[in-house]
Amino acid sequence: MSIDIDTARKVAHLARIRVQEDDLPALARELSGILGFMEQLNEVDVTGIEPMVSVTPMRLARRADVVTDGNIQEQVLKNAPDAREGFFAVPKVVE
Amino acid sequence: MLDLTYEAPKPKVIAGAKSDWELVIGMEIHAQVASNSKLFSGASTQVGAEPNSNVAFVDAAMPGMLPVINEFCVAQAVRSGLGLKAQINLRSAFDRKNYFYPDLPQGYQISQLYHPIVGEGEVLVELAPGVARLVRIERIHLEQDAGKSIHDMDPTMSFVDFNRTGVALMEIVSRPDIRGPEEAAAYVAKLRQILRYLGTCDGNMQNGNLRADVNVSVCRPGQYEKYQATQDFGHLGTRCEIKNMNSLRFIQAAIDYEARRQIAILEDGGKVVQETRLYDPDKGETRSMRSKEEAHDYRYFPCPDLLPLEIEQAWVDDIAASMPELPDAKKARFMGDFGLTDYDANVLTAELEAAAFFEAVARGRDGKIAANWVINELFGRLNKESKSIAESPVSVGQLGGLLDLLASGEITGKMGKELFEILWTEGGDPAEVAAARGMKQVTDTGAIEKALDDLIAANPAQVEKARVNAKLAGWFTGQVLKATGGKANPAVVNEMVAKKLGL
Repeated sequence: MSIDIDTARKVAHLARIRVQEDDLPALARELSGILGFMEQLNEVDVTGIEPMVSVTPMRLARRADVVTDGNIQEQVLKNAPDAREGFFAVPKVVE
Repeated sequence: MLDLTYEAPKPKVIAGAKSDWELVIGMEIHAQVASNSKLFSGASTQVGAEPNSNVAFVDAAMPGMLPVINEFCVAQAVRSGLGLKAQINLRSAFDRKNYFYPDLPQGYQISQLYHPIVGEGEVLVELAPGVARLVRIERIHLEQDAGKSIHDMDPTMSFVDFNRTGVALMEIVSRPDIRGPEEAAAYVAKLRQILRYLGTCDGNMQNGNLRADVNVSVCRPGQYEKYQATQDFGHLGTRCEIKNMNSLRFIQAAIDYEARRQIAILEDGGKVVQETRLYDPDKGETRSMRSKEEAHDYRYFPCPDLLPLEIEQAWVDDIAASMPELPDAKKARFMGDFGLTDYDANVLTAELEAAAFFEAVARGRDGKIAANWVINELFGRLNKESKSIAESPVSVGQLGGLLDLLASGEITGKMGKELFEILWTEGGDPAEVAAARGMKQVTDTGAIEKALDDLIAANPAQVEKARVNAKLAGWFTGQVLKATGGKANPAVVNEMVAKKLGL
């Protein structure tokens, strides 16, 4: 599978990454290269082999159902480009 | 226990201009998990807090923050699955569903596309006595809720609150087994009832804690049976998804509108386009959410921040052992043990607290009479005053005491209602109140007889009329009850009147 310029443009838009039109051909080439490598890996027969998620046997860490966090409104909003009355303020998005 | 067997309901048929059409409906219910803290952070789930105060850095998607799963939310999903007689998957995994929206700070929702925690189950949706639809559940998966945008606080800006961001949701996905708007509403109501019994979701639809996405398609009669026989969706029409509804009434109206819209397109020779639509309750119509279309490319992939979720069968067994009695079983038991009608059993099992109240009142007493008093007097009064059962001024003990006075014949039904009123407004012990207020049924037939004899002697004309037309004998009963201050038992008086008049 290869990625053409239109697909590269679409993926960039979906991820909300601004890419200059001139940069798209190179980006499409790089993405195609990555997918090409994946395809090569896909040639290996892994029938019946369980995917490995970790090199050491580990159990998903769990948390008890208690409130241990929050009430840090000021810190949460600190990096926001715009915040008003405790809310993040963003350009109008309405359905 | 009674064995309740059900007949399947007829599907709803809509007559188009050219032919008849049937509806095929599948639903995705988003039920907020009842928990103290969020699915992957220690922030509170409490509603009504200051904006962005129930937010941890994980919820705000600050770089480097990692999610840690709330084990109780997992248990809640398992409990819900068991309540829907579903398969529990001991190994499930989390995926990222990528899309851009201001109320989703991560830029993706952590969900379970490929390996949900709960597999196939079923829900019995009763539509009338003896008529029910068995709706198959495809899966339940755990996922994060999004934040909330407010659009009316500023003309050019939207305001975003992340308090809800990351709260655990169960998405309950049905098979397309629902065949009409009423069935759809009944399905949501039944699911809500089960989740409330289980304590896994509070079911508050107004707050959006239970909301539905509805997939609607239409087909010609006969096509659905072909689908059921083969499970091949090719026999069905193209579906549209109506998003995010939190009212049973709107769900019905939206389905009806959407089905008619699709029928009009098809009969006009057109094609239904698969899309996401929004219901506008003000206009009573659905419209396309075009902006969502390109976002539909979710680019799912396994969430690299979370190992697969592995749970042990013994843990699942522990949860299974602590399951409460569910609505279907409770209803069957109430009908069997207390001799209740289907209708009364439905009313009394609708809410867990009300069912417990009834059961406590009915224990050791006549179940049918207890049901009448709980439904007609207590529920009637609670509804009138918009009170919940927990706020009832009349306790189990008080209503039980009242029923005991009735059963022993110490008070009449009429007195019982007066006594109920006093217990409701003033409180007190039923037996003491009845004694203090002189509520005592006259069981002394001598006194009743004397009153009747006096009446007969004084009213020869009425006696003649009653002998000609037996219906007029009721006048004597009424007069005797009046003479005894309503303390005589009407049945006893009736009988005596008939005997004395030779009717």
